Amino acid sequence: MTVNQISIFIENKSGTLVKVLKLLKSEGIQLIASTIADTAEYGIFRIICSAPDRAYNVLKEAGVAVSLCEVFAIQLDDVPGRAADAIGLFANEGISIAYLYSFLLKGKGVLIFRTDNADRAREVIAKNNLKAIPEKDLSLLL
Amino acid sequence: MIWNPSKESLALDQMREYQGKMLHRMVDYVYHNVPFYRNKLQELDITPNDINSIDDITKLPFTTKQDLRDNYPFGLQAAPQSEIIRIHASSGTTGNPTIVGYTRKDIGIWSECMSRCLTAYGVNKSDIFSVAYGYGLFTGGLGVHYGVENLGAAVLPASTGGTEKHVRLIRDLGVTGIACTPSYALHMAETMEKMNVDRSQLKLRIGAFGAEPWTDAMRDEIEQRLGLKAFNLYGLSEIMGPCVSYECENQNGSHINWDHYYPEIVDPVTLEPVPYGQSGELVFTTLTKEGMPLLRYRTRDLCTMYNDPCPCGRTSPRMGRLLGRSDDMLIIRGINVFPSQVESVILTMPQCAPFYQLIVDRVNNMDTLTVQVEVRQEYFAQGFDTFEPIIALEKELSSKLRSVLSISAKVEVKQPGTLQRCEGKNKFVIDKRVLK
Repeated sequence: MTVNQISIFIENKSGTLVKVLKLLKSEGIQLIASTIADTAEYGIFRIICSAPDRAYNVLKEAGVAVSLCEVFAIQLDDVPGRAADAIGLFANEGISIAYLYSFLLKGKGVLIFRTDNADRAREVIAKNNLKAIPEKDLSLLL
Repeated sequence: MIWNPSKESLALDQMREYQGKMLHRMVDYVYHNVPFYRNKLQELDITPNDINSIDDITKLPFTTKQDLRDNYPFGLQAAPQSEIIRIHASSGTTGNPTIVGYTRKDIGIWSECMSRCLTAYGVNKSDIFSVAYGYGLFTGGLGVHYGVENLGAAVLPASTGGTEKHVRLIRDLGVTGIACTPSYALHMAETMEKMNVDRSQLKLRIGAFGAEPWTDAMRDEIEQRLGLKAFNLYGLSEIMGPCVSYECENQNGSHINWDHYYPEIVDPVTLEPVPYGQSGELVFTTLTKEGMPLLRYRTRDLCTMYNDPCPCGRTSPRMGRLLGRSDDMLIIRGINVFPSQVESVILTMPQCAPFYQLIVDRVNNMDTLTVQVEVRQEYFAQGFDTFEPIIALEKELSSKLRSVLSISAKVEVKQPGTLQRCEGKNKFVIDKRVLK
């Protein structure tokens, strides 16, 4: 039901992002999706990639402030309004979305998000038959 | 127990009278024997006859470490070379080392003052006392050594190094007292553990620690691991060596041997005297020294002095723990700020690496202080993927800094490994203010 996401704490200064990307390149790791949330001083770089465990280790050994965590990944039909329907289900249950980003993969929309209550979010996904993507299927889609 | 009640517990008015007499003699002595001081006093239009009570001390000029360096090696020596029987040299990390010559009388006073310290700790003639300060040019080893002999206890001149052999001797000889740096005491505790020597096998009961700053947390750890009572011992080679001040059984500050080393606390900026109970820079005037007497020597050590009566019966004032050094003091919005204060706060934050950088700037005629810290990789690795832990860290650190510094500071959290590592303390501070 969840996929592994790499989160990296970075300062807002030139060169920090490219350092991370070059480390991933050196390991032959491919990005599937990424996003940066930023404040005035620093940002958090979130990555879904082809080999999250390996990516985590290589970044950690390089001294990067990195964490590995599970986030929800839901596949939606490529039709307008599907995201509103899906997120509406969580809102109806009073579950907040901490952050969300999306991308298209093989003609299907994918939503990546974190909620303030993972257990209840799982129930909502199961009850409504949302198509959650497990980690192992993610690289198959590439 | 008090080694010399006639001095250590002398009534205050009698002590003041004695100190005034000794100060007059001291000024007369340096005026006639040290050209450096004669010139300084003449510049201020002061003669020895202007110094008639201890209160007149504020008329006298200050002496700094730079004065000692400039007059290397023997320029401030007052006694003729034929009267000098010992020479110590302090390590000079920058510039010339400090050379201090002692006459026979100086060594006698040093031993006397050191015996007072040891007696206050509870050392007596039956003790076997190990001196694990370095013996040599450093004043620590020989200074304590002579005090132990003078008191009549048996001294074990262990010096530093050879820790395993030292631990074995402490155990086998039933050594009851030790003097060393607090960090060496902890090193000994570690060595004991490796050797499977338990504190119950030792007879240690008294420890005298000094020559570097230490905290109450270190005191607790040393006492617990070595099974002894730990006392503070303060001194500096320019004034004499270890023996300048010492804790009694009440451990409410360190009593100063002020019949020999007269203390003042001054504001490090204005150099005006600061009342008891307020912090400032510690200044010493030697009242009896022959070899290299010093007037109002600025130690650069910051502390608070107390004169409320001590239950032990000693009448001397007491100095509190060292708060830092005045050399690296910053004045921000009129408030004195020491990098060491910031450091002590950062060390209480497990989320931060023990490195920091201070940036002082002036924006719209207002001083600003920014404290940069590194988040520890392990902290972020605990499954965090939002800003919340970083914001929580910022909030906690700035509120702690505010309560310690009395001014607000902006906290900037940096990536691991980005701040400069210790290469001299000045690198930790960037002062961008351009004062007009």
